[in-house]
Amino acid sequence: MSNPVAAPSLRAAFARLRPAGVVALVVVLAILVAAVWPGLIAPGDPLAIAPTDALAPPSLAHLFGTDESGRDIFTRVVHGTAPSVGIGLAATGIGIGAGLVLGFASGLGPKALDAALGRVIEVLFALPTLVMALLLVAVMGPGTGAAVLAIGAATAPGYARILRARVRAVAGSGYVEYARLEGTRRTRVFLRHIAPNTLWPLVGVATLGIGQAIVWVSALSFLGFGTLPPSPEWGAMLNAGRVYISTAWWMTIFPGLAIVVTATALTVLGRTAAGGGRR
Amino acid sequence: MRIARWALARIGSALLVVWVVTTIVFFALRASGDPLEAILGGPGSQAGEEAVAVARETYGLDQPLLWQYLLLLGRVGTLQLGDSYARRQPVIDLIAAQLPSTLLLATLALALAWALALCGAIIARTSRGPAGRAVTASLRGAEIVATVMPQFWLGAVLILVFASTLGVLPATSSGADPAGLVLPVVTLAIPIAGFLAQIMRDSLAEADAAPFAVTARARGASDTRLLLHHTLRHASLPALALSGWAYGSLLSGAVVVETLFARPGLGRLLIDGAMQRDVPLVIGAVVVVALVYVVVLVIGDALELLVDPRLRRRTRTIVRQADVAVGA
Repeated sequence: MSNPVAAPSLRAAFARLRPAGVVALVVVLAILVAAVWPGLIAPGDPLAIAPTDALAPPSLAHLFGTDESGRDIFTRVVHGTAPSVGIGLAATGIGIGAGLVLGFASGLGPKALDAALGRVIEVLFALPTLVMALLLVAVMGPGTGAAVLAIGAATAPGYARILRARVRAVAGSGYVEYARLEGTRRTRVFLRHIAPNTLWPLVGVATLGIGQAIVWVSALSFLGFGTLPPSPEWGAMLNAGRVYISTAWWMTIFPGLAIVVTATALTVLGRTAAGGGRR
Repeated sequence: MRIARWALARIGSALLVVWVVTTIVFFALRASGDPLEAILGGPGSQAGEEAVAVARETYGLDQPLLWQYLLLLGRVGTLQLGDSYARRQPVIDLIAAQLPSTLLLATLALALAWALALCGAIIARTSRGPAGRAVTASLRGAEIVATVMPQFWLGAVLILVFASTLGVLPATSSGADPAGLVLPVVTLAIPIAGFLAQIMRDSLAEADAAPFAVTARARGASDTRLLLHHTLRHASLPALALSGWAYGSLLSGAVVVETLFARPGLGRLLIDGAMQRDVPLVIGAVVVVALVYVVVLVIGDALELLVDPRLRRRTRTIVRQADVAVGA
């Protein structure tokens, strides 16, 4: 366990990049290219149907095969990068945003508020992510927006928990106490000392979180609550492939591999940034 | 007295769960626009005049907001979950019928995850030299991939290999049929096994360097004896403490796995409820999942007591741990 109050620097993070970290960084960059310029890698139309080519196995013409309407799976997986990763990013943003509010309120507020919020955060953290997300989706109705909001809200308690511990460690540290004794105003202490030292370590946690959020949101799509087919989103593609699992394995394997590779790369990178810490 | 305090802390956390779930539902219903519509199955529901009147009455929708909130809190708190809108049966009966199947699945998966994690940690601990380093490195990699692997994909791959291609195991599962349970349990166990293995590998290395291990070795204890009699018990404590949380995430995974293997259970009930926007059923399922979690924490406390004799000598610690677990 390293000193919890020391802020890791960008240079230290790069120095820690071992071979696995370098590979992960390259994979993440490739994913970013696929998300921003999908046409560069797969020039076709992800929605173009070709009924005569339906359920064709992988070949040179269709690297990953085709689906039940003859749409090219490779094109769909590449074009699915932006929505899948974007949804994961949005959900993580909501989760961290809500976690920040809860964590700062709890860590810096009066003792009574901290005691109450601390308990609520623990209870919310105890509720399984997907169970809580389904509760929200049941009330809000299905759709991409609802799935993002549900996963964001369901992951917020985890971030709030980390932030609360972090805020308390930083707020009780020597330099913050010194700044207070010097008569520095509270807002200035918060902006100059507490906020930067709390938020910077969050980068690693957030990177880990994006990988997890992509998996969770695609789980909702797989269950039929998120993005609906035929949109090229990885979870929705897996949902469509479920019926054909015994006849057209390529419909399930390739979109799933995209999720596994993305989540693994982000996890390895996140751990490096977080300094080898876990979770 | 200590037991009483500990019990109070646990009952308190159960009540807190009910309060939190109710509050989320209440505000989410309000945010969805028309709560009446949400309760009766979303826009375009074919609810008859009578159903509308009943729902308005039971949820007190013509009453002031605060009263509506207290009414919902009272009903959920006393487990009067009402009737499922879509199935026209008491929610509590529906859940009671499906709960054992899910608990069986999750418990078997946790047991398998522990077995896999223990094997992984012991292999990593006992492998030495260049070959051993390679083994440890690949175990590390496998742990990460196992942890991030989406269960809906892992399960699909297992079905593809063992059911569609080899045809040795069925792709569907129900009840306690042993052959049908294999694939769902493995699918559920692997991510948790990766998570537990990481923790156990670290704590085993820590225990290995602890003074008691050095002493035992100086007295001539063999590697095997050291592992079985000293370090393994020590190393399993952090993993045991996190098993309660792991069980919760298994219930989350059960939602996916039960859908994938067409297995009846609480997860399927929750999915169907969410799909049909059957709010009373979903509230019931979520509250029951949360209560199961509280019960699992109690069992976890008892197991820790069994494994760690230091806790038995200082029972006060348990009380403190119970406080920590509920977030004091």
